[in-house]
Amino acid sequence: MSKFLKLCVALGILSTPAFAEGYGLGRPALPEEIAAWDIDVRPDGTGLPAGSGDVLTGEEVFADQCAACHGDFAEGVDNWPKLAGGWDTLADDDPLKTVGSYWPHLSTAWDYVNRSMPFGAAQTLEADEVYAIVAYILYSNDLVDEDFVLSDENLASFTLPNAEGFIVDDRIETEHSQWVGEPCMSDCKEAVEVTMRAMVLDVTPEQEASATEAAPEEVVEVAAVDPELITSGEKVFKKCKACHQIGEGAKNRSGPILSGIVGRPAGTVEGFKYSGPLKTMAEEGLVWDEESLTAFLAKPKAFMKGTKMSFAGLRKEDDLAAIIAYLASFPQ
Amino acid sequence: MSQSFKPSRRGFLRGAAASTALVAGAARSGTPDPLITEVQEWASGLGEGVDATPYGLPIEYESDVVRRNVEWLTADTISSINFTPIHALDGTITPQGCAFERHHSGAIDLRKEDYRLMINGLVETPLVFSYADLERFPRENHVYFCECAANTGMEWAGAQLNGAQFTHGMIHNMEYTGVPLRTILAEAGLGAAGDLADKWVYVEGADASSNGRSIPMEKALDDVLVAFKANGEALRKEHGYPVRLVVPGWEGNMWVKWLRRVEVMDGPVESREETSKYTDTLEDGTSRKWTWEMDAKSVVTSPSPQAPITHGSGPLVITGLAWSGHGAITRVDVSKDGGVTWETARLAKPGEKMALTRFYLDTTWDGEEMFLQSRAMDETGYVQPTKAQLREVRGLNSIYHNNCIQTWWVRPTGEAENVEVS
Repeated sequence: MSKFLKLCVALGILSTPAFAEGYGLGRPALPEEIAAWDIDVRPDGTGLPAGSGDVLTGEEVFADQCAACHGDFAEGVDNWPKLAGGWDTLADDDPLKTVGSYWPHLSTAWDYVNRSMPFGAAQTLEADEVYAIVAYILYSNDLVDEDFVLSDENLASFTLPNAEGFIVDDRIETEHSQWVGEPCMSDCKEAVEVTMRAMVLDVTPEQEASATEAAPEEVVEVAAVDPELITSGEKVFKKCKACHQIGEGAKNRSGPILSGIVGRPAGTVEGFKYSGPLKTMAEEGLVWDEESLTAFLAKPKAFMKGTKMSFAGLRKEDDLAAIIAYLASFPQ
Repeated sequence: MSQSFKPSRRGFLRGAAASTALVAGAARSGTPDPLITEVQEWASGLGEGVDATPYGLPIEYESDVVRRNVEWLTADTISSINFTPIHALDGTITPQGCAFERHHSGAIDLRKEDYRLMINGLVETPLVFSYADLERFPRENHVYFCECAANTGMEWAGAQLNGAQFTHGMIHNMEYTGVPLRTILAEAGLGAAGDLADKWVYVEGADASSNGRSIPMEKALDDVLVAFKANGEALRKEHGYPVRLVVPGWEGNMWVKWLRRVEVMDGPVESREETSKYTDTLEDGTSRKWTWEMDAKSVVTSPSPQAPITHGSGPLVITGLAWSGHGAITRVDVSKDGGVTWETARLAKPGEKMALTRFYLDTTWDGEEMFLQSRAMDETGYVQPTKAQLREVRGLNSIYHNNCIQTWWVRPTGEAENVEVS
């Protein structure tokens, strides 16, 4: 009997009466509940919903939803993941691992975009948009032509270049077999020379102790603003955090620092590279007051055609009022 | 009092100068120590009442013992990692408040009341449990280490980060309270799954990343825990409050936080976290997948770059941590000369399976430079390899599962640096 079978028998897993009866805890999961959470997609296509998307649609959706971090051509912005390129680099000194160069299964890309992207607004994409985005990622990797359409019918049969590039963990055979036994205790080597020093590279962060030296939290006096509104605004701000920072120590990310945004002329955060449309509107005198912010945050792309901000917009008026109150609570 | 931590030479010297002064003051036997001869304010006045701190944090003088992150590692801090200050801790249990965090879409707020755990797939009855349901199953307590597969991952190509916190701090060790996953799977009924030997479970979290991973049924039925307490109290938000998975000895990425669903399957999902990430690329460009176990590993935590020797020559305690995902640590050897000669260290307690083991080498320092190394062995007979041995098999681009022997170059000043030696 295998070790595993013995384990099962010992544990009584294989339908012995004690386990068959159970503890009577929990309740049956309803089909609607299972459908809502069981969204994983497997390499053979199991779990894919019906739908399709083409490369050109994907290019548009990608520009709106993904490009702020992943770049217009899936080449990646700053430290955010590059999704395209890197072919034939896996054996190089510095391999570039992208969907095209590294990922073994296309189902993984569909599953991940569908469940976890865009960063900060997961599970807001329609199935057809996911097909279109994945089709565009393939196009960015030169793996399909621009008239390619990806659907639930052809996804599983699409073979990525590195599909055969993986082996199952073989450490037991290749490593454990040789790194065993009584180790050397004396005269183990002739000389010890320093061959590399971390101080030379000097990439270790220098950090002051935080607790005692942190500046006391700024007390912000905002007249006639409901503190509860600010609190709910802080929750809404979670949608913005992937790209924007605010308050003490904030830095420009893929979006500019937002401290002091309310009441400030647009396009004036130092060191941030604004989009052309924003610069134009700033030159025309755009000031981020309550009115303009409300319009922008409700429908960013309608308010500012061509904005870099890849955010669909806040639908609820309550959320808009709350986010502006929250932003206003950081006057600088 | 404000202490600053700087692993730079300047910072080190400032700290060393301050402690030398302290030592000198205490050691000057001819002059009475005013801390003894004069009535101190704390020996005369009163301290804080019991209502001052309903839930306590460390005293302010320990404010440098905190998690730190390395900003250049990741695009932002939401999908990122920080490091346990192992250089400043002792014993084996990691306090939750300074235990490293790794999030893929941030640490979420999830109330017990809003918590649901679904078991579905190849089970007799798909079930949904509330948090309160979980507390009604028989539960167990176990101490286990949780190590990120990328711990020491920045050191593959060479000595890079100057401090045990940064080179080895993606690890923590806690006492978990939870329900064995097999108990919960049995409640849903595994009879429907047929032969269990080729079955898997897919586990995912409630956060936006969901961090789904596939685990072979054999492991799922062995020692995996559905945990809701750590070190006696509720899990911290950053570690998956209210419920996380504990997968003893296996890479931290599989310890899914905010656990919301377990699906019994007839194969792995091949999710993002088990294909594009957490796979180990070898020199020829092929990559190992399913590299789940964390091999035996150890590190000297003090002295180390962030914990220099400040007392001069004489008695010295060299200490560190050892662990193995394959079972208990049986022995740790320490070298002061870069691996020419080794001495067997004292284990504070016999090693426990898949838990951190503390070792000590109580020694005398002659004030000369040292190349400190530690080398762990586990119950399978495995001996922790050198970096050269690892590189010979894997090349430089594995990223994950770097369990090499670490070297700290301790100078006559007591200052220590992360180096590689021949």
